[in-house]
Amino acid sequence: MIFGVSIYELLTVTSIIFFIGVYGFITRKNLISILISIELVLNASVVNFVVINKYLYPDMLQGVVFSIFIIAVAAAETALAVSIIINLYRQISSVEVKDIEVMKH
Amino acid sequence: MEKYIFYVLAVIMIVFAFASVTSRKMLRSVIYLLFVLCGIAGLYFLIDYNFLAAIQLTVYAGGIIVLIIFSVLLVHHIEMELEVAKRFKQILTGLACLAGLGVFLYTIYNHDFNVIENSKTTTTAEIGSKLLSYEAGGFILPFEVISILLLAAMVGAIIIAKGKKLESRSKVLEEGSEKE
Repeated sequence: MIFGVSIYELLTVTSIIFFIGVYGFITRKNLISILISIELVLNASVVNFVVINKYLYPDMLQGVVFSIFIIAVAAAETALAVSIIINLYRQISSVEVKDIEVMKH
Repeated sequence: MEKYIFYVLAVIMIVFAFASVTSRKMLRSVIYLLFVLCGIAGLYFLIDYNFLAAIQLTVYAGGIIVLIIFSVLLVHHIEMELEVAKRFKQILTGLACLAGLGVFLYTIYNHDFNVIENSKTTTTAEIGSKLLSYEAGGFILPFEVISILLLAAMVGAIIIAKGKKLESRSKVLEEGSEKE
């Protein structure tokens, strides 16, 4: 644990980052910006796992192991998302969310 | 001392996270995200999880950021400014997020956490044996599943990114086999 810093302050910081990510997810209109917002949300949740593991159950490692899994899934997700975005750009020359609906047809 | 480092990191992370979701230039917002990720790695160093901090720096700051920068450079004109939502919608979303944050903080501060004072350092060897143990509480099955998932995602990413070229080539191959 960090001496002099309580779990409340750490959880406050992660909550703020989480909601900044949610705000970005809703207000941005670009696929890559939305991907960036998703990364923020995922990172906030990973820090939560780690902090709760360290402060409440220091003898166990579940939080660390799960954060490693989350990071791996996030890496896979980002690679897939980037490949989809590039493929989309080749076909319709745009990465704006409002242009994506042509994919339906 | 650690306390002040934490506060500095927290301010850096929050400011750059906000800058990253409000910046009108896409490459800049990616670089701001890089600062946030480095701040989170610093947080891991502070709570004594060195292995996680190293993973954060290599996988996120090294791998994912480079991927996103590549995609930005491939699909975007660097001088172009981004479209954002209308002002009214921005304010509405900000208010909703503040309300959600209020609910979160109210719940957190009203919950009595059973904090254990400790200064235990977790070594990488412990994490490794936990990941690979097949006794009760071991994580060997999720570990194998995650490796299959990574492989499948990478193959899928290659195939999706190749797209049309692969299709036309297989069509040519089919036509060739029909002739024979």
